[in-house]
Amino acid sequence: MTQKNRLKGGLINRNNTRKFEFNGQSMQGFEGDTLASALLANDIRLVGRSFKYHRPRGMLSAGSEEPNALVELRTGNRKEPNSRATTTELYDGLVANPQNCWPSLNFDFLGVNDLLAPFLTAGFYYKTFMWPSVFWEKVYEPVIRRAAGLGSASLEPDPDCYDKGFLHADLLIIGAGPSGLVAALTAARSGVRVIIVDEDFVTGGRLNAENYILDEQPGSIWAKGITDELSDFDNVKVLTRTTIIGAFDHGIYGAVERVSDHLKTPVSGKPRQILWRIYTKQAILCSGATERSIVFENNDRPGIMLAGAVRNYVNRWAVTPSQNVAIFTNNNDGHQTARALLNKGVNVAAVIDTRGQKVKSPDYETFSNAVVSNTSGRRGLRSITIDHQDGTQQTLKCGALGVSGGWNPNIHISSHHRGRPIWKESIQSFIPDDNCPSGMLVAGSAKGFMELEDVIKSGSDAIKQALENLNVKLKSIDMPKVQGDAALDIEPFWMVKGTSRGWVDQQNDVTAKDIKLAKQENFTSVEHLKRYTTLGMATDQGKTANISGLAIMANLLGKPIPEVGTTIYRPPYTPTAIGAFAGRSRDENFRPVRKTPSHQWAEESGAVFVEVGMWMRAQWFPEKGETHWRQSVDREVLQTRKSVGVCDVTTLGKVDVQGKDAASFLNLIYCNGFAKLAVGKTRYGLMLREDGIAMDDGTAARLEENHFVVTTTTANAVSVYRHMEFVRQCLFPKMDVQLISTTEAWAQFAIAGPNSRNVIRKIVDEEYDISNEGFPFMACGQITVCGGLRARLFRISFSGELAYELAVPTRYGDSLMREIMKVGKEFDIVPYGTEALGVMRIEKGHAAGNELNGTTSALNLGMGRMVSKKKDSIGSVLSEREGLNAQDALKLVGFVPVKTDDPVPAGAHLMNTGSPVDAGHDQGYITSACFSPNLNCHIGIGFLKAGDTRIGEVVRLVSPLTGQDHNVKVVSAHFVDPEGERLRA
Amino acid sequence: MHNLNPISPLGNTELTSKEFGPYTISEVTAYSLASYSLRKGSEKDAKKKLEQFIGSSLPDVMNSNFGEISSFWIGPSQWLIEAPIKIHEDLASELSEVSMGKASVTEQTDAWCRFDLKGSELGTPLSLLCNVDVPSFKGGEVTRCQMDHLGCFLICRDIKNITILGPRSGAESLYHAIIAALKAVV
Repeated sequence: MTQKNRLKGGLINRNNTRKFEFNGQSMQGFEGDTLASALLANDIRLVGRSFKYHRPRGMLSAGSEEPNALVELRTGNRKEPNSRATTTELYDGLVANPQNCWPSLNFDFLGVNDLLAPFLTAGFYYKTFMWPSVFWEKVYEPVIRRAAGLGSASLEPDPDCYDKGFLHADLLIIGAGPSGLVAALTAARSGVRVIIVDEDFVTGGRLNAENYILDEQPGSIWAKGITDELSDFDNVKVLTRTTIIGAFDHGIYGAVERVSDHLKTPVSGKPRQILWRIYTKQAILCSGATERSIVFENNDRPGIMLAGAVRNYVNRWAVTPSQNVAIFTNNNDGHQTARALLNKGVNVAAVIDTRGQKVKSPDYETFSNAVVSNTSGRRGLRSITIDHQDGTQQTLKCGALGVSGGWNPNIHISSHHRGRPIWKESIQSFIPDDNCPSGMLVAGSAKGFMELEDVIKSGSDAIKQALENLNVKLKSIDMPKVQGDAALDIEPFWMVKGTSRGWVDQQNDVTAKDIKLAKQENFTSVEHLKRYTTLGMATDQGKTANISGLAIMANLLGKPIPEVGTTIYRPPYTPTAIGAFAGRSRDENFRPVRKTPSHQWAEESGAVFVEVGMWMRAQWFPEKGETHWRQSVDREVLQTRKSVGVCDVTTLGKVDVQGKDAASFLNLIYCNGFAKLAVGKTRYGLMLREDGIAMDDGTAARLEENHFVVTTTTANAVSVYRHMEFVRQCLFPKMDVQLISTTEAWAQFAIAGPNSRNVIRKIVDEEYDISNEGFPFMACGQITVCGGLRARLFRISFSGELAYELAVPTRYGDSLMREIMKVGKEFDIVPYGTEALGVMRIEKGHAAGNELNGTTSALNLGMGRMVSKKKDSIGSVLSEREGLNAQDALKLVGFVPVKTDDPVPAGAHLMNTGSPVDAGHDQGYITSACFSPNLNCHIGIGFLKAGDTRIGEVVRLVSPLTGQDHNVKVVSAHFVDPEGERLRA
Repeated sequence: MHNLNPISPLGNTELTSKEFGPYTISEVTAYSLASYSLRKGSEKDAKKKLEQFIGSSLPDVMNSNFGEISSFWIGPSQWLIEAPIKIHEDLASELSEVSMGKASVTEQTDAWCRFDLKGSELGTPLSLLCNVDVPSFKGGEVTRCQMDHLGCFLICRDIKNITILGPRSGAESLYHAIIAALKAVV
């Protein structure tokens, strides 16, 4: 297909042809084109179908405000629905398809909706499809969802990567149009660190769309010159293809840089987009303005566009939507478009001006005091109907109509902190008020200046103010001399009288009639209007529609527009890929992986791993012939209890506590006493929250008089350390205590079982006495191992067996594990994973995360007497609350099935036998459960009302979710060695 | 001499160093680390003893001093001391002796993995990794930050040589994130 509508000139590179495909048709464009400009060059006006009525639609605008020209861009797993043709840079091999149409763009079966329009008014779905109610979810909603909506997702994982990054500046300039460039150059020369961003792929803003002359050169050349100069400054960063999506607290702005969107596929290793978080002291919003349409009957046909967009296509991309174009305007801008078209040899059918005799040109026909009252042409504009002041009507043939209803400053980002815009009569639109985000100034058209000279001056004024705020001396620049602009001279005109099906919001198919209906049904507040009609929703967020909709509502209410007000502007400014928010944190890189010191060895040993927070821990170590995890776990448990087993417990949190007040500090954070703990001894400790609920448990080992090592559970390592720092820094800042985490610094292994001492003896250097007398239960010490390596030894047990925990500097962890396995061979040592660890602690009745679940107290855990009355500690007072000390308080006990084969599932609830199964009769619940290879049945521990007094009782275990309902017997939580003889052996 | 063999945080016995365009990223294990926190009531004395040992004054907030033994500010009245591991393998014990009970010393050598990033304009790859204004660095800065969700330290030895200290257990993930950032910018 030839580029039939390509004109002369433009800012495109005709030496670089770009081949692309739309709707299965191959076409060509040039470097510098957007998909929209290339389609227009190829005489394609019909691009998609509308949201609700499936009406044929084409380009309305030439920028990110586009409501209509949405396509499915790319194919396969890179397919991206709702891509705006107007901002999609043309690249070689681009493939785009129309969306929301079936079976084809030209013949869309659901176009029948347009004929059913009288039944599909705003909010129709609130009033219809009500009966029968079950049909809503199963019939109505699926059908409506299928009929409505825009593009479809690929439903495949995105093959590209995205980055997140951080930038810092003194000054952020949002928009590289004339005001932004003037401000940026001044700032650059004044020596401040500047970031200037623009969503377009070239700088210049409207200078690229107009025929302005600045300093005797075309505006686009002037902009390029300034940009080149800016790029030479070390203190300036120019980011094109970058959209500021939101203003957040403390001078932080979100920005999306489209790094590779203009390429067929990103270069290997490069992100497709980067979500920048920009930290800046000052910001100047130079985001320009968006043109708005006028509402008249059938104003949505392909070929009906904003007049400023037509001018943009003609001047920048050298394309025209048609060779015969009419203009409908209420201001002088429409006439500028007419002149731009004539300059490029395009016929101007007429300019229909709602105003009196404002502009007369000998070069084209002007109808003053006239309006466009209707149009014709199903898949593209064929003619317009003009109503003259004297009541006569005429039909005018044209292939495109440029409409200008005035310009709306792009104030969105200035209002992200709930600034309420104020009305500016001279431009008939809203401008930012004084409640911009802290540190933000506004300049250019965004501030309501619509003439170039004023725009540039406001940029200059803003940078002066910004530099003053930064306390930086201004180095001013010469302001460019401007030619070619004219006053806007707008007269308010929002809607042609008598319009019914005139589109206000083209993306959501909201018509003037819908707004009237909203008013009729009393949805008159702007927020209600928005939600009732969907005006201003979806991907364009009503950039071309909102103000017109408000104006029509104001008119219906007989109120001035400012009294009606605007809706709240919220980020993001333009649609943002979820991938950009995720960055690299996806799939296997969703979160970092923490590996234990023996990870390599465990991998070599065939361990099956499990995620524990961010840690990867060995879950069990299958051996040859084992086909089920239970076989491995049972073997590990039995062998450990029979001889010896080893487990990497490095993941437990370790906090070094030092200082003259270290013991007093521990006395505060633990509910039990630590002040009198002897050097060389370890003690189990329970930490309470301020409200008396158990927070975490662990041990504290006193290595020296003023030096303790506290261990925490793996899960709570960070939160306990944070709590300890809070207590140290905020509650007791006068205490002499120093804390530092040493979790990563030491590799720690539990060696458990009757032969553990024999194994340890072969590791620990000879001079250290580790006999039961020399190193009794709960002893700790700083020792050496393997011929002189410093190490820490703790005689503590989680399994209930004779056990030790041995720690060495982490870099030797792998080697120590291999050494333990080597010397333990003669005792048939086994490595055991987290499953066996769990089984053994349940058999022993030790509480863990399932029991320390944020609802239980020391009393519930059977540790009520541990809460010392002789001292103050965090949580001890509130643990005395009546509610936590009821007679029938939950108590931790054990459970075995009455029928040996019955399971004891965690999460099951407990009822008295014969009582109803409901929350009112609930007696407690199972917290942890396992199969005990030692008892040869399932066992569980959990909380039962007054459980400690009910040992031997049979209660009913109920799990409605899994359909289990059988009897279990209440037993002591200590299934193995209740007297604790083994661990003291 | 003990019979255990160390491995690096990346799990290697030989250290890795890779080049990406103008950038070089290297795993470093040649230094011992220990934290040194002043105890209340004897701050002046404890500080003086350490300064005598390292041969230079202790750096101020967010700063560092480099020498045969280097020091980095890591918190109020708290420094991280770095010394060649061949000479000061048990640096923490040495510092404990030096402090004579007036400071709390904790061994930190294996708490961290260390990656040295060298090249010009290091702010470019680091802007994709952490929320630190690296381009404003002049040399000597030390700051805490997050990289790939991991709490890390950035130590600017000079503007073309920045050390990243990250939690040892997350070394592979951190290294992966650094490599990804380098690939994204070269």
